[in-house]
Amino acid sequence: MTSILTVDDSASMRMAIRIALDGAGHNVVEAADGVEGLSKAREAKFDLIITDLNMPNMNGLEMIREIRRLPIQAGTPIIFLTTESDDAMKQEAKSAGATGWLVKPFVADHLIKVTRKVLGA
Amino acid sequence: MSAQNPAETFRIEAGELLDTTEQALLDLTHRLDSRALIDTVFRGMHTLKGSGAMFGFDALAAFTHHCESAFDKVRKGQVPATAELVAVTLSAMDHMRVLVDRPDADCADEGAAILERLQAALGADAVDQRGPSAEQQIAIPASSDGDDPVSDEPWRVHFRLPVESMANGTNPLLLLDELRDLGATRVVAITNRIPALDVLDPVQCHIAWDVELPATVTREAIEDVFIFVIDDMELVIERGGKAVLSDTDEAKPLVAVEPDPAVPAHAMQSSIQAASDRSAKSAGESVRVPADRLDVLMDRVGELVIVQSRLAQLACGGVSSAADQLALRSISEEVERLANELRDTMMVLRMVPIAALFGRFRRLVHDLARETGKSINLVTDGESTEIDKTVSERLADPIVHLIRNACDHGLEPEDERLASGKTAAGQIQLSARQTGGEVLITIADDGRGISRERVRAKAEANALIQPGQTLSDSELLQLIFEPGFSTAPQVTNLSGRGVGMDVVKRTIEGLRGQIEVSSEPGKGSIITLRIPLTLAIIDGLLVRVGGGNYVIPLSAVEECLELSLEEDIRSRGRSMIQLREGLVPFLRLRELFDTGTRPDAFQKIVVIAAGGERIGLVVDQIIGSHQTVIKSMSSLHRSIPSFSGATILGDGGVALILDVIQLVALGQSREERLRAAG
Repeated sequence: MTSILTVDDSASMRMAIRIALDGAGHNVVEAADGVEGLSKAREAKFDLIITDLNMPNMNGLEMIREIRRLPIQAGTPIIFLTTESDDAMKQEAKSAGATGWLVKPFVADHLIKVTRKVLGA
Repeated sequence: MSAQNPAETFRIEAGELLDTTEQALLDLTHRLDSRALIDTVFRGMHTLKGSGAMFGFDALAAFTHHCESAFDKVRKGQVPATAELVAVTLSAMDHMRVLVDRPDADCADEGAAILERLQAALGADAVDQRGPSAEQQIAIPASSDGDDPVSDEPWRVHFRLPVESMANGTNPLLLLDELRDLGATRVVAITNRIPALDVLDPVQCHIAWDVELPATVTREAIEDVFIFVIDDMELVIERGGKAVLSDTDEAKPLVAVEPDPAVPAHAMQSSIQAASDRSAKSAGESVRVPADRLDVLMDRVGELVIVQSRLAQLACGGVSSAADQLALRSISEEVERLANELRDTMMVLRMVPIAALFGRFRRLVHDLARETGKSINLVTDGESTEIDKTVSERLADPIVHLIRNACDHGLEPEDERLASGKTAAGQIQLSARQTGGEVLITIADDGRGISRERVRAKAEANALIQPGQTLSDSELLQLIFEPGFSTAPQVTNLSGRGVGMDVVKRTIEGLRGQIEVSSEPGKGSIITLRIPLTLAIIDGLLVRVGGGNYVIPLSAVEECLELSLEEDIRSRGRSMIQLREGLVPFLRLRELFDTGTRPDAFQKIVVIAAGGERIGLVVDQIIGSHQTVIKSMSSLHRSIPSFSGATILGDGGVALILDVIQLVALGQSREERLRAAG
């Protein structure tokens, strides 16, 4: 079973993501901010990380930069799921090491499709 | 509530977000330049907007969008944070609360009015004028020029990924697989840029590919494959001919993954909506429990299961030998211990820090200060004191009223304060601390205090007391809790609103709590609330009077004494016993309850205390301590004084719970009558 880390400070958003991906047969691990996301990413290898951008304590960009330095997560796809749609921000995310960019609100089917695409499952 | 309903979770989360954001805004009024606070406010709104749109709270998302962009400007330093902006944003928070609670509420006009004020606070043209849902409609980008003529020529696709793309999680093999899924393909790898082995970094991508695809595939489908990398990579998609390299800097339309326009975000909403309507009311009633407390509960339940299996085993074999009986007794003790621990653990689960309750009053005081034109500081203390969630909720209204009273009647206007040598700003101190089985909450102000003359005049005018009647100071002050009492010369819209002090008192007593007032003219007033930690279970002392069993709340019991027959006879006249430093009046419950039985040879006196007064209760027998699950009395019996409730004993019998406060008052008044009679 594929294991997916979702990092978002909004509990309802995490729940929506979990429900969508649980249903598609993925194992979803939740983290409520960048710090927690990073520590989860240190502990176990994930097949995919889906993260918010604006979060307390450590934002998505800082977290990604840190995760990209972790040997354990080498090559792990990281997708931003955020309300931001600013091009400059996207570019910054890309250079920080983001694999892709999804905009909230999302539709469950769409998230599953993108997940499948990135995981190749 | 369902654990699987994101819309409902969002309601709870939104409530919490609004609370923290509001606190940050209130802090911001004192430190207008704090980046951290501005960030917190911005992030709160950002999440409200994002999650709101996700779960169908469209009006909320649209409204919040404007406030968010306003604070985005503040965050970026384009406009300064001002007291006016914070005040407007606070009213915007109230509006958001309405939109969270009632997404269909017809209040667009109020919203528009607030946004207008927001604009004014930012300077006229600062809020963007786009339609409310502009952000939600953000460019669902055309995936390309989109006007490819239908053709039967096959596609030729050339692509080269950025070298670091593999490290960033893009897997070129997956892209090729996806292209293959579109139809019969021919793939050629272009390897001319692969460096020599000794300088080759294996996580870099140096290969480019030429791919031939069937003519029936659409351009959109092909671009869709490269959705995440399309704006960084070399990609040429052409019909027929020979694929050529393109420049990376060639302006390509951006393709982001947007919600499929055919399936609007509302698709999820319709099913969620029904569920959230059903349970909208229960949203505020969930309790957040720290995981370690649940762990403790789990341990206890685990132990209970083990004891249960021991009991089952014993029951199967039958209790015949002395050893079996010993084993049974040990199980019984174990169950008793576990039941106690489970009760305590369970009670702790319901406990929440009082900080959340106190937090609401900061806003209240902020608004009251603006309304009255007084300058008021709210000081809070003991916010980590924990209290039952239900109790905390029911305390909100009474405390709101007490704070209103303090701000409106208690605190003087600034000139009057300065004239009497006080600081210009009035102070309201709200503090909480736990003592034994109860929580003490005090609301203190440094205002003018309660005028005894005015209380007396008012009480006489309302025929609560006889003109000129002698009253002790505390009796006089207690009059403010009488129904219909108000000392304000004129009722302002603050203190005249809603309930009186009598309702406050009733609410507190409904929580089995007590309310006390003390006041020093010119210095201020202190209202003390004593609230029991929980409502459902108490430790009680089980006693027998005549043929009936009664429970005395253990928290009120000071000590138990023996009343010998001689002493009983000797004290018949005055009903007082000598207890170390003083005399304590006592009540013979047998007489009070008119049991018609003869007293036991060795009666007991249980000394109880309430409100600083002590009395003794004479009972026939003390049975022992008892875990008392409180059941309320039926409406028929509720008006009987002396009893606060009932409980069911282990043998199925019923025991009445004695109302300590009533009994102490009764004992004291009887004693005073006796004393008056000489």
